[in-house]
Amino acid sequence: MGATGLLSGTRYVLARDLTLAGRRVTDVLTTLFFFVIVVSLFPLGVGPEAGTLRAIAPGILWVAALLATMLSLGRLFTADHLDGTLEQMLLSPQPLSLIVLGKVAAHWLVTGAPLVLMSPLLGLQFGLSGAPLGVLMLTLLLGTPVLSLIGAMGAALTLGLRGGGALISLLVLPLYVPVLIFGAGAVEAVASGLEADAHLSLLGALLVLALCFGPWVTAAALRISLE
Amino acid sequence: MAPNWFKYASPASFYPLAGRLVPWFGAAAALLTVLGLYLGFFVAPTDYKQGEAYRIIFIHVPAAWMSMFIYLVMAFYAGLGLVFNTRLSAFMARSLAPTGALFTFIALWTGALWGKPMWGAWWVWDARLTSELILLFLYLGYMSLQAAIEDPRRAARASGLLALIGAVNVPIIYFSVQWWNTLHQGASISMSQGSTMAATMLTAMLVMTLAFWMYTIAVVLTRVRCEILERERHSEWVAEIAAREAR
Repeated sequence: MGATGLLSGTRYVLARDLTLAGRRVTDVLTTLFFFVIVVSLFPLGVGPEAGTLRAIAPGILWVAALLATMLSLGRLFTADHLDGTLEQMLLSPQPLSLIVLGKVAAHWLVTGAPLVLMSPLLGLQFGLSGAPLGVLMLTLLLGTPVLSLIGAMGAALTLGLRGGGALISLLVLPLYVPVLIFGAGAVEAVASGLEADAHLSLLGALLVLALCFGPWVTAAALRISLE
Repeated sequence: MAPNWFKYASPASFYPLAGRLVPWFGAAAALLTVLGLYLGFFVAPTDYKQGEAYRIIFIHVPAAWMSMFIYLVMAFYAGLGLVFNTRLSAFMARSLAPTGALFTFIALWTGALWGKPMWGAWWVWDARLTSELILLFLYLGYMSLQAAIEDPRRAARASGLLALIGAVNVPIIYFSVQWWNTLHQGASISMSQGSTMAATMLTAMLVMTLAFWMYTIAVVLTRVRCEILERERHSEWVAEIAAREAR
């Protein structure tokens, strides 16, 4: 690992956060179980009719992914803020936005990636199969990093505030709307025999946009919150 | 000699200026509202398709325009505040938010009132209604963040950044909602069926928009004055004003 490379800070933070997550596996599993439980509640509320469930499956899986990601955002900066690590990161010579990128990448690997891997199983429960199931995984693969990147901005803005959990949902959920629309829309398009290329391209565009500006804005928000 | 605009960036010199301007904008708002409502309710012809119920648009459309416009103005002041570190800009951004949220709410409410006789439903997941609802959520998030932070400086900067994030997202949200809507409901009723509008109708709508604009300026300036007094309460010039008022 080159000590002076531009991305060395990113790599270091990523490895550190993954190690920390590995030592507290229950935290990771809690988010995943939350996702599974929320999705499983819907058939109980809506009724077991297969046609209805298949129609609402993309929306439910996507909304549950949104909520699960949001629930885990508190972990992103809070622990580092409390023990002072975050201030050291602000003082470090590495660009803060690249350090943030490492943290967000770790957050996605710990919360987003398990959701992606779990989604086909839940999709099967709702009667999705074949192409729609594959597209569901693909949209979650493209979309959950965007959720982590946007969520990081909210987490940085609400750092250390009273009632941060409820507040962050108010800030972040409206910004999640486009991801939800294109993610769930792609699956529905394929399920009804249409092409999902446009949806997927737009999701990819959102990901690129969030990757370019998200860490940078989050770094600015962290500076405001900690000054 | 060019006037020194930066003079009024200082709260101490802006406070009396705002105080002199408020009555003018308030009077203009009252006059224009009376004129606009008269034009809308008595002069404009009855719509042959929608009957009298269409007259809600004289409140609804200006409110919807203002709700979006105010968000952009708010983001502009927030950006100014972040870049130039002027406290007055932050006060302006903060004071605009409640009025913007109010207009968003009015637009939604009158939209529902209009929707009942026209669509037969209080709420339709129409693209514009939905984006307006999300705009209301953005305003609420902005105000909640501001209320949650104790330190006024951090509150101003953090919510300013949020306003800018929101301003970047508003067009993305708007177009994605429109896209979503066209995919989901093929034969929804469009609000802009006929863009051929009688000239008096358009005039009344523009007059009402102007009235709302004047109202916004009057209210925001009043709110900024209160804000300035509250923040500067320990300064000498506020003490002088208080002494003068007490006399």
